[in-house]
Amino acid sequence: MEATLSAPPSRRDYSLIGRDAKLAVETGLSAAEWYHTDIPRKQMKELMQRSDGPAIRDTAIWLAALILSAAGGAWFWGTWWCVPFFFVYGVLYGSSTDSRWHECGHGTAFRTQWMNDAVYQIACFMIMRNPVTWRWSHTRHHTDTIIVGRDPEISVMRPPDLLRVALAFIGVIDAWKAMSDMLRNAAGNISAVEKTFIPEQEQPRAIRIARIWTAIYAVTIALALYFSSWLPLMLVGLPRLYGAWHHVMVGLLQHGGLAENVIDHRLNSRTVYMNPISRFIYWNMNYHVEHHMFPMVPYHALPKLHALIKHDLPAPTPSILAGYREMIPAFLRQLRNEDYFLKRELPPTARPYREEFHNDAIAAAAE
Amino acid sequence: MSDWVEACAAGDIDEEDVMRFDHGGRTFAIYRSPDDDYFATDGLCTHEKVHLADGLVMDDIIECPKHNGRFNYKTGAARGAPVCVNLATYPVKVEAGKVLIQIG
Repeated sequence: MEATLSAPPSRRDYSLIGRDAKLAVETGLSAAEWYHTDIPRKQMKELMQRSDGPAIRDTAIWLAALILSAAGGAWFWGTWWCVPFFFVYGVLYGSSTDSRWHECGHGTAFRTQWMNDAVYQIACFMIMRNPVTWRWSHTRHHTDTIIVGRDPEISVMRPPDLLRVALAFIGVIDAWKAMSDMLRNAAGNISAVEKTFIPEQEQPRAIRIARIWTAIYAVTIALALYFSSWLPLMLVGLPRLYGAWHHVMVGLLQHGGLAENVIDHRLNSRTVYMNPISRFIYWNMNYHVEHHMFPMVPYHALPKLHALIKHDLPAPTPSILAGYREMIPAFLRQLRNEDYFLKRELPPTARPYREEFHNDAIAAAAE
Repeated sequence: MSDWVEACAAGDIDEEDVMRFDHGGRTFAIYRSPDDDYFATDGLCTHEKVHLADGLVMDDIIECPKHNGRFNYKTGAARGAPVCVNLATYPVKVEAGKVLIQIG
C-alpha cells in the first residue's frame, strides 16, 4: 500500500548535530522502546546460540575465492581474461565485506570472539570503514534506525539525490569520503559529528587505525609507481570501486523508500527473498526486519527466525527486482513530495502498528 | 541497611541463562552459570537502558540484546563495545531452593 503525509513538505535536517537531532531527543523518538514480535524465551535462546562452524566454513570459502580470483586476475593481467577474475574479486572485496564487517561487528558471526575481531578488521579495511568509527555509528543505527538527525547510516535521504545513489554503485563518493576521513583521522582530527557517537576513550584508536591504513595505501601506491602498473591498485583499493555494485544493490533495499521516524522495524526495514549467491555475499542480511528486531541472532539462523515470525511481519519482497520496482517509483515520487513513503501492509495475523507512536507517519497517510 | 530479598526459585532459571527480577522500583538480572552457581547484577545495560534478561548468557558473559555489548556477569566488568561502564553486582545465596539477593 502506498501512503503520503497530509502535512505540507518540510525540509529534513539529517545532520547529527542539527535541529532534528535535538528534536528527536526532546520528543523521546531517540532511544525509544521498539516493537518486538513475541518469541518464547526457549526458542529465542536457541536462535541466539553462537557457533563457529558456519562462519568458519563461509570464511574459508570466501578467503579461498578471494585468493584464487586475485591470483587469476594477476596472472592474466594485460589480457581480457583478467576481467572475469577481477569481476569476482571485486565483488568479494568491495561488496561481501559489507556484510562481513557488519556481522562480525555485532559479534554474532563466530562464537569465538577473536575470530569475529579478525574478520572485522580485514573486512573494515576492504570496505574502507574505520573499524572504530563504524562500530559506534552502527550502534547508533540500531538505537535510532532511520530517525532523522540521529541515524548516521541513512543511505538515501529525502528528497533523494539520485545521482549520488547512482554513483554509489561504483563507490565513487563513498571511497572519496572514506579516503578524506581516513586522512583527516590520520592527522589526528575527529570531527564534531564523529564525536557525537564515538566515546572519547575510543577516539585515539580510530586515529591509530587511520594511520596504519594510510601507510598501507601509501605502500600500494608506491608499488604501482615503482612497477608502472595499475595491478597493485587493482588488488588493494580500487576493488572498493569496481566491486561495490552488489553491496549497494542489496543495501539500498534495507530501508529505501520506507518510513522515517517510526519505532517499529516492520515500517522502516525490508526483508527480501534473494538468490543463494547474493545471500552468501550478503550473509543473509536480506532478512533485514528480522535482523533489526533481533540483532542477537546470527546470520545463519535468520532464515529460521524469519519462518518463526513472518506471521507478524509484512510480506517479504519476493526478489531484488521486485524491490527495485517498488523502490525506484517511491524515490521518484519523493522528488516531488519528500514526505511520501511506502507503507508496509501487515497480514491479518500480525499485531497492528501502534498508531499512537506513529501518528505523523501513519495516521496521516491516508492517500 | 542491606536486605536479603527472595528473587525466585532456583529451578526457575535454566543453566547458562538469565532472568529478570523487579523489586522496589528497581530491576535486576539473576544468572545461573553453567557450573550451577547463581549471580545477580543490575538489570539494565549501562550503555542504553535495555533489559539484560533478554540477552544471551555464554559461559560467564551476558550479551546485551540491543547492541551486543558484553559484561562478565560474575564481576560486572564491561567486556566488549559498545559497553564501557561496568555493571553493579549483588551478593547471591541459595537457601531452601530459593535464590536470595542482597540489595544494598
